[in-house]
Amino acid sequence: MSSKRFTNGALGALAWVVAILVFFPILWLLLTAFKTEQQAFTVVPNFLFTPTLESFRTALAQGSGYWHYAWNSALTAVASTVIGLALAVPAAYAMAFYPNKRTDFLLVWMVSTKFIPAVGVLIPIYLVYSSVGLLDNALGLTLLFTGMNLPIIVWMVYSYFRDIPKDIVEAADIDGAGILQTLFKVVLPLALPGLASTGLLALILAWNESFWSITMTDHRAATLAVYIASFKSAEGLFWAKMSAASVLAIAPIIVLGWFTQRQMVRGLTFGAVK
Amino acid sequence: MAIVELKNVAKNYGGAHGGSNAVDDFNLTTRDGEFVVLVGPSGCGKSTTMRMIAGLERNTEGEILIGGKDVSQVPPKERDIAMVFQSYALYPHMSVAENMGFSLKLKKRPAAEIRAKIDEAAQTLGIEHLLARKPRELSGGQRQRVALGRAIVRNPQVFLMDEPLSNLDAKLRVDMRAEIVKLHQRLKVTTFYVTHDQVEAMTMGERIVVMKDGRIQQIDTPLNLYDYPANRFVAGFIGNPSMNFLRARYVDGTVSGEGYRFALDDARRQAVEASGAGEVWVGLRPEHLTLASDATTAGESGHAGPNRVEGTVDVVETLGAVTMVQLRVGDATLTAQLPGHQPVAFGDTLSLTCTSDRLHLFDVESDLALGQSRASAAPATAAV
Repeated sequence: MSSKRFTNGALGALAWVVAILVFFPILWLLLTAFKTEQQAFTVVPNFLFTPTLESFRTALAQGSGYWHYAWNSALTAVASTVIGLALAVPAAYAMAFYPNKRTDFLLVWMVSTKFIPAVGVLIPIYLVYSSVGLLDNALGLTLLFTGMNLPIIVWMVYSYFRDIPKDIVEAADIDGAGILQTLFKVVLPLALPGLASTGLLALILAWNESFWSITMTDHRAATLAVYIASFKSAEGLFWAKMSAASVLAIAPIIVLGWFTQRQMVRGLTFGAVK
Repeated sequence: MAIVELKNVAKNYGGAHGGSNAVDDFNLTTRDGEFVVLVGPSGCGKSTTMRMIAGLERNTEGEILIGGKDVSQVPPKERDIAMVFQSYALYPHMSVAENMGFSLKLKKRPAAEIRAKIDEAAQTLGIEHLLARKPRELSGGQRQRVALGRAIVRNPQVFLMDEPLSNLDAKLRVDMRAEIVKLHQRLKVTTFYVTHDQVEAMTMGERIVVMKDGRIQQIDTPLNLYDYPANRFVAGFIGNPSMNFLRARYVDGTVSGEGYRFALDDARRQAVEASGAGEVWVGLRPEHLTLASDATTAGESGHAGPNRVEGTVDVVETLGAVTMVQLRVGDATLTAQLPGHQPVAFGDTLSLTCTSDRLHLFDVESDLALGQSRASAAPATAAV
């Protein structure tokens, strides 16, 4: 009894330690964002200071282009998510309800493409993009994000579709529904929570993406990742401004995540609990 | 309403080694409006057969005709059938009314007509008060009714029911059983009903198809299956508790073994002699065994000798109306269903009898019934 209580206490403490470790960088980022550059540079960390919005002012200033980058981030993230779902739904439908001998292999193969480091395919993609004029182009970046997230989206949508009893799809078949009617009137409404969490995840992954954004864009199609990186410039490091910019970059997605966390958790654990 | 014909229908899933047929050589022609039950142990091919009639699986051989039209290559939605699934397969995101009206809505029927048909079906099934609810707000029995309702609003040519009652508790199952039969009597739609429960099959079916290992064992009315099982499998499957089997020697008009001896009537004697076998399976239904009083042992009128089986009581199950007794007879175990309030106890020696016309005999090689074809045995049963 008491040993059980001790174990529970220890586990609780461990959970707190992990949570603080995970949260600490974000806390540090927030604190730094409200400091002056001088305070940000002190070797001994300073937790007590008069907060200033100076860095935010600089980060949001007319010439900084925050809104330009934010628009590109939003555009590419939303567009890649929409295209990704539009491609993944029919693929997952076929695999979930009309599987054949190669379906399992196909799924694993698709996900295995995620094992390849992005850098490994950078040069061919860069050369192709350069010759077809997709460098520093929002469409080009959207296509990259779509390709990057598609295996995950297909896999997730597939697993949500698999949770729908096959009887229900067969009942729709017998009731006289064609494939499209079955998809839109039966399968998609049932998979909606799963589709929502898949979409959110794709949105977050695309929004946070930095490798392709930084290498494939310059200014015209550049996203917030490029904007943050720009604070590490030839003129020196600006910790406070970089932190303020980072806070501004991650804020929308954190707010989105906060409001949808129940949906996310439910969606991500849906298959496991059942 | 339609006649359904299955001609040499087979299904092969084409496994790694060519695969054996999940259903083989299935032949059946229904009457218009008939209630046909497909029954057998799991894996016998009954559900596959139904799914082929539905079009959810394609038959790899033979033809399936509904109303005279070969539908083997026709998709389910064009077969004009309705199906009730074991899981009910209601659409969870739709209300009861939407579930029931879905097929009519897909057919683009006018809203007023859909509403009228839903109301009519709901009234028939007593679920008018549930129309606005979602399936998750319903009990198992209510879901079952909605699933039936979804099938009847369609006014289809054929109803297919795949173990529709097996998810219900025992009492509700009995109620719904009667209700489905009444529904059928009222609608007179040709119905196929799949079950593994022989009680359901016996109580509901006008004709029963007994299947095993993908093959039809016998197609007949419930009573004919009970009285004249075609083989040992059907004999053991139909009837509850199951028929007892004793492996007996045949000598000169009697079958006997350790602890028992039965005289055969002429028809049975001729059949066994025609088969030329020295051994047969003797089948005894538990409910046909009675305690042998000294009077009956002395010699039954009209029979060649004493019909007697003797054993030691192993188990006594007192059910009130009846008493089930398990006896050890030689190496075999025998179940007898005796009247209630039977003063028997573990270890007692009991002497039981069974009239000759209720004996079932089966060939030891082929398991086929001997000497109880309907023509020869029917007069004897009628006399009982």
